[in-house]
Amino acid sequence: MGELAADKHVKYIISVEKKKDSFESVVMEHLRLNGAYWGLTTLDILGKLDAVDEEDVISWILKCQDESGGFAGNIGHDPHVLYTLSAVQVLALFDKVDILDADKVSNYIVGLQNEDGSFSGDIWGEVDTRFSYIAICCLSILQRLDKINVDKAVEYIVSCKNLDGGFGCTPGGESHSGQIFCCVGALAIAGALHHVDKDLLGWWLCERQVKSGGLNGRPEKLPDVGLLLLVGSFKLDHD
Amino acid sequence: MHGRPRKPLKPEDAAASAAKAEKLRVLQSQFLHNHHNHIYSKEAVELSTKLLETNPELYTAWNYRKLAVQHKLTENDSDPDSLKSILDEELRVVESALRQNFKSYGAWHHRKWILSKGHSSIDNELRLLDKFQKADSRNFHAWNYRRFVAASMNRSEEDELKYTEDMICNNFSNYSAWHNRSLLLSNLLKRKVEGFVSKEKVLPDEYEFVHQAIFTDPDDQSGWFYHLWLLDQTVRVDSPQLVSSWPTPGSDLILLGDRCLDGCASSPFTRFHLDSRTFPLVLYFNQAVEGVNSSTITVDSELNTNKDLVWKPLSSCNSKAAQVWVTQLNLPDGNTHSSKVFPVEDSSPISSLYQLSIKNDNELTDFEWRAATIAKEIDHFRELLSLINCKIGKLTLARLLMAHDAMMCPPANKISHSEEVLELYNDLMRLDPTHVQYYKDQHSLVLLQQVTSNWESLLSRCFHYSNSPSNRGSPMCLQLKNLSLSRLGSFDKLLWVQMLDLSHNELRSIEGLEALQLLSCLNLSNNILGSFTALEPIRQLKSLRALNISYNEIGAHSIDTTKYLCSSPLSHSVGSEWNHGQTVIDDDIKSYWEAYFILKGLNLTQFDIVGNAIVNEKFKSFLIKVLPGLKWLDGEQLH
Repeated sequence: MGELAADKHVKYIISVEKKKDSFESVVMEHLRLNGAYWGLTTLDILGKLDAVDEEDVISWILKCQDESGGFAGNIGHDPHVLYTLSAVQVLALFDKVDILDADKVSNYIVGLQNEDGSFSGDIWGEVDTRFSYIAICCLSILQRLDKINVDKAVEYIVSCKNLDGGFGCTPGGESHSGQIFCCVGALAIAGALHHVDKDLLGWWLCERQVKSGGLNGRPEKLPDVGLLLLVGSFKLDHD
Repeated sequence: MHGRPRKPLKPEDAAASAAKAEKLRVLQSQFLHNHHNHIYSKEAVELSTKLLETNPELYTAWNYRKLAVQHKLTENDSDPDSLKSILDEELRVVESALRQNFKSYGAWHHRKWILSKGHSSIDNELRLLDKFQKADSRNFHAWNYRRFVAASMNRSEEDELKYTEDMICNNFSNYSAWHNRSLLLSNLLKRKVEGFVSKEKVLPDEYEFVHQAIFTDPDDQSGWFYHLWLLDQTVRVDSPQLVSSWPTPGSDLILLGDRCLDGCASSPFTRFHLDSRTFPLVLYFNQAVEGVNSSTITVDSELNTNKDLVWKPLSSCNSKAAQVWVTQLNLPDGNTHSSKVFPVEDSSPISSLYQLSIKNDNELTDFEWRAATIAKEIDHFRELLSLINCKIGKLTLARLLMAHDAMMCPPANKISHSEEVLELYNDLMRLDPTHVQYYKDQHSLVLLQQVTSNWESLLSRCFHYSNSPSNRGSPMCLQLKNLSLSRLGSFDKLLWVQMLDLSHNELRSIEGLEALQLLSCLNLSNNILGSFTALEPIRQLKSLRALNISYNEIGAHSIDTTKYLCSSPLSHSVGSEWNHGQTVIDDDIKSYWEAYFILKGLNLTQFDIVGNAIVNEKFKSFLIKVLPGLKWLDGEQLH
């Protein structure tokens, strides 16, 4: 088996970071913070986080913060939990979480918890278990998890559990590996993994591996590299 | 985009792309300017339309449009026509954006937001959904939206059920449609809507329906998962039931003090060796329950001098619900040196079901239909499997046979399918190696059910602990060694066990073992336990005095796969547990927090841990600190 071409990966990531003028880059400008998380985490795993200018990255991230405390995908855009988590995660990579006003950021997230325990993505009210994971993960990194109603949050996630052991984005939603990653992750952080039917879900997730070796997100769908990460990381959690 | 190879751009394409990019950048810049300055003129809004029609992922633009709508609504609030045209325009933009990307979260949510303003007709929405679901029948955004529309516009669940039927008939492999069908039927049955009052009337047709899918293409999973749901609907009883308890009601409990000789030939199931002034009363339910306390459970026994028993749930994470509940009964003073016989009765108002042998009226009439359905399914699948070798078919048959046995308990005719089921799981391990661990676990569970199914079988595995100087004074040891067990179960049949030998198996976890509250000696040597966190249930075994975990794999793995299943200082649920002021958090505790957490509350006198990678002199001296009552460590007497 060949070795991972680490240098090539690093070069690629840096080139994408620098190539701000391509059409693809402009079209995805609004989620640059997400991209930063994926790219920088990869660099960190490869031990090459110093290939980027830390100060540059951090000052740009801080410019993405809105007065509500939440972060936008890029400067000038609206805040949303998706990018708030990415911001906190990237700062954690650089071990600079303490430059944030943790209370300000957590208040933004706390304000988005609904009565049934679910979380909205932003003030416009879209609800999805992805946002439950984001809230719990983010507050956990900021060590402010006790500011939300964790029991209710868990209750909502459990209400999204399906008979095949998986989880959907809202109650009644079909099981999907991405949602499962979020729900199981959230339950793990909240110390509530006993709600997961490990046998059933483990079986369902193993079925995601198709003949080519790749992993799909749902039954009878095509394999996808992004899901390889999600499904694979979950299996590690559960043997 | 998925599934497309990437190729580097040719120079002329790169230039075109850069020009396009510049144009787009100007537009986006202008848009952000409008947004920040609250400009909602016709031109400004049209700009956002243009952007969203090419890039529906530009979430800020959807937010802007909502603000624009709110702004226009406040200006025109008395004019219903202009309201309609404003909202119509939004719906048109959403539809246009969806055509660009029908998986855009932002677009779907915008449509929901518009609908919340009370606009659009159900026909309109269904028409839109039809279009998208024809294009991609698995689009979960569409299915979610469909559920939203049906709920908010009061479309009947029966109509939606018909829709799923149409989708499935169109293509059996539509997991999304089967999933939705299970949801709708659940609701209809729960609400007892006319035509769906009894499962007995509804489920047989569903079985017929799913058979078509399964027998047409046995490798397609959709039908099989639906069948699993049907099976669950057929066997499940919704109210919690008390499955078992210790001491066994109606029996005579013999409490033996430490110095009394056991002259009588009593069974190990009703004999208890005491070493303290209290003994536990254990209740085992078929599912996690809440609210067990002295007003919901009454205990009548000679010993019950205390009015208010305190019941505790045995759960690993401070949960108020648990399958196993325990309380302590105090012995009256004196009498510790002689044996005493206590007749024990208890009644539990929670359910009239006890040991599944007494059923209330409802259950009785349902029982026939349930049993008949399972029997029919068993025949069907035996037939299918005689024609083809299909893994999920075998798994289903195994599940059906086990369900059948569970329903027949206590066995009226003593015929059990355990042997056949064990064979099926053995076959499955060969046929489907990707799931081998799952099948092994299921095999272990069935094997344990078989072993614990009757008193004779259990007695044949009971031995006196060979090292005990006086055989007659010590409890019997149940030997379940060398059974290739990878998983434990049947705890309801093992509540009486005080000494348990599970050595030489393949256990990675001992989940559920906390139910065995009487355990004083536990042998887990020669298994594959990978970390202390896998031993979490031991924390609840307050009577444990001797523990053997030698020759396992603790400390051998860099990744602890059971870490999140156990309370830890890293997890949220603990908090209070780790903040006890009395402990000095020294370096040892930091290095060995898992061991500390598991062992610190225990009163072990004997501990064996040799043969685990974690063991060295430093660790051993740490153990001696954490277990102050320890007298024997790895066979050596301590001073």
